[in-house]
Amino acid sequence: MKSWNKNFKSNCITYGIVIAAFLAVSALESTGNLSSLLKGLLVPLCVYVILAVSLNLVVGISGELSLGHAGFMCVGAFASAFFSKAALGAIPNDGLRFFLAILIGAAFAAVFGVLIGIPVLRLRGDYLAIVTLAFGEIIKNVINTFYIGMDSKGFHFSMKDQFSMGMEPTGTMLLSGPQGITGIPKNSTFFIGILLVLVTLFIVLNLIDSRDGRAIKAIRDNRIAAESVGINITKYKLMAFTVSAALAGVAGALYSHNLATLQASKFNFNTSILALVFVVLGGIGNIRGSVIAAVVLTALPELLRSLSDYRMLIYSIVLIAMMLFNWAPRALEWRERYLGRFFKKSVKEGK
Amino acid sequence: MAKMLDVTNLGISFGGLRAVNGCDLKIEKGELYGLIGPNGAGKTTLFNLLTGVYRPDQGQILLDGRDITGKSTIEINKAGVARTFQNIRLFKQLSVLDNVKAGLHNHHKYSMLAGIFRTPAFRRTEREMDEQAMELLKVFDLDREAEHLAANLPYGKQRKLEIARALATQPKLLLLDEPAAGMNPNETKELMETIHFVRDHFDMTILLIEHDMKLVSGICEELTVLNFGEVLCQGKTADVLSDPQVIKAYLGE
Repeated sequence: MKSWNKNFKSNCITYGIVIAAFLAVSALESTGNLSSLLKGLLVPLCVYVILAVSLNLVVGISGELSLGHAGFMCVGAFASAFFSKAALGAIPNDGLRFFLAILIGAAFAAVFGVLIGIPVLRLRGDYLAIVTLAFGEIIKNVINTFYIGMDSKGFHFSMKDQFSMGMEPTGTMLLSGPQGITGIPKNSTFFIGILLVLVTLFIVLNLIDSRDGRAIKAIRDNRIAAESVGINITKYKLMAFTVSAALAGVAGALYSHNLATLQASKFNFNTSILALVFVVLGGIGNIRGSVIAAVVLTALPELLRSLSDYRMLIYSIVLIAMMLFNWAPRALEWRERYLGRFFKKSVKEGK
Repeated sequence: MAKMLDVTNLGISFGGLRAVNGCDLKIEKGELYGLIGPNGAGKTTLFNLLTGVYRPDQGQILLDGRDITGKSTIEINKAGVARTFQNIRLFKQLSVLDNVKAGLHNHHKYSMLAGIFRTPAFRRTEREMDEQAMELLKVFDLDREAEHLAANLPYGKQRKLEIARALATQPKLLLLDEPAAGMNPNETKELMETIHFVRDHFDMTILLIEHDMKLVSGICEELTVLNFGEVLCQGKTADVLSDPQVIKAYLGE
């Protein structure tokens, strides 16, 4: 009984892994053993973990293939960076401003999640994947055309170029088309990143293991049966999609406040696919797997830089090894037997 | 007193095919009612009409005096119709317990935020759901498998779980689509007892489609025979099964 108690234990292990990683890195940092290369990787690691976990909510839990996840990250990144730059004078407190920026990034991404989700979730399977891909690209390209500036009279907006806005010469450019946003305050730290990872895990893991999560998984497993027991398909698909988009927005906010210059071209198809690779290799529907896969696959190419020529070779071998580890029946059996204590599934297989 | 199910002149066409035509069906509360007919007679289509999967193009469906014609599947389920499927449709990657809890979905509610922040309301509601679901599982002798994945249950138990899940939605009328399909004689016998038990224990009205004549003649009180989408014969089980028209439809001249 009390099935949520059982999962609680497994969830604690996931939180524990994240906290242990944070402590280990902090210890390395304080003793001066952390290379500058690794230091620069810390925030992106958190970004990709959040991105992977949020995408797993759609792909693994809700069972819909989304190829436009970078689009939501893009919305969150630009909304939050825009706010941070516009409010730079108004809210001098870094912490408060960044906190609000993250909320705004999440909120904007969630709104886009709803707007895109309503038409897109009427489709299924391959069609849904293609349409999310299209929307991801559309978001990126639309942001590329925006010019927004601010002067003493207020905001100016154009979709042509900087000069057709009629801005005073003393005004500042906030968003300048393909050049994006420059001079974003560098507020992201590893500590904040880890906090956001924990918040994301908390939301996703608890959502999955609640009445709503059960409904989402029920729809994934059998749409017709879910409807027959009175579960509202549209509502729960949209819920998963929106929460996932909002969390991708958080990842975007963290990402943008780690860069001096933010350009929309970064949020292309490759980024969406990268997030999908994390999810698939970590195990579809396996949240802890997403965390580990995102960390390993983000850090690996950087750490292997010294091997130059062999870098991508090793990277691809790791990809294959991870896939086997997570999906091959023999490997699963082996895991069950020897690593059962660490990888125990929440639901026991038949005896 | 209103009948539990009162269907008048129900019909639907798919293109040029008249799948169900002018069907009347009256079921009293607490009755065990059978729907039989040769393959392609429109039995499952009739079920789909009753549960809102298809919208009828003529006729009326009253459930316990309430008009449910043309309503959505979800509304009809909330009004009190639950069903099982000819080809079992469980939530395979969920535990047996969670399958039943998904059936309780509309009877125990808390907000999404309550679920995320694990509020007392969440704990209380989940506990109630667990208790209620376990009670149902016990009735079907599935309580020991509560933590197993639904996909790992043997076939007969999957059928039972589907019935348990349908009952979790607290229906007034239970529709069973070929519950004995693929079962061996022993399992069928056990199923007959289960169906009887469900009727008595839950005071349920049951409409079932079945090809297994032993099951039909064993438990159904009344029968309707469909043939080419139309009612061929209707009445007490023994009378219907000895009707020459029915014998002809099943066995040929």
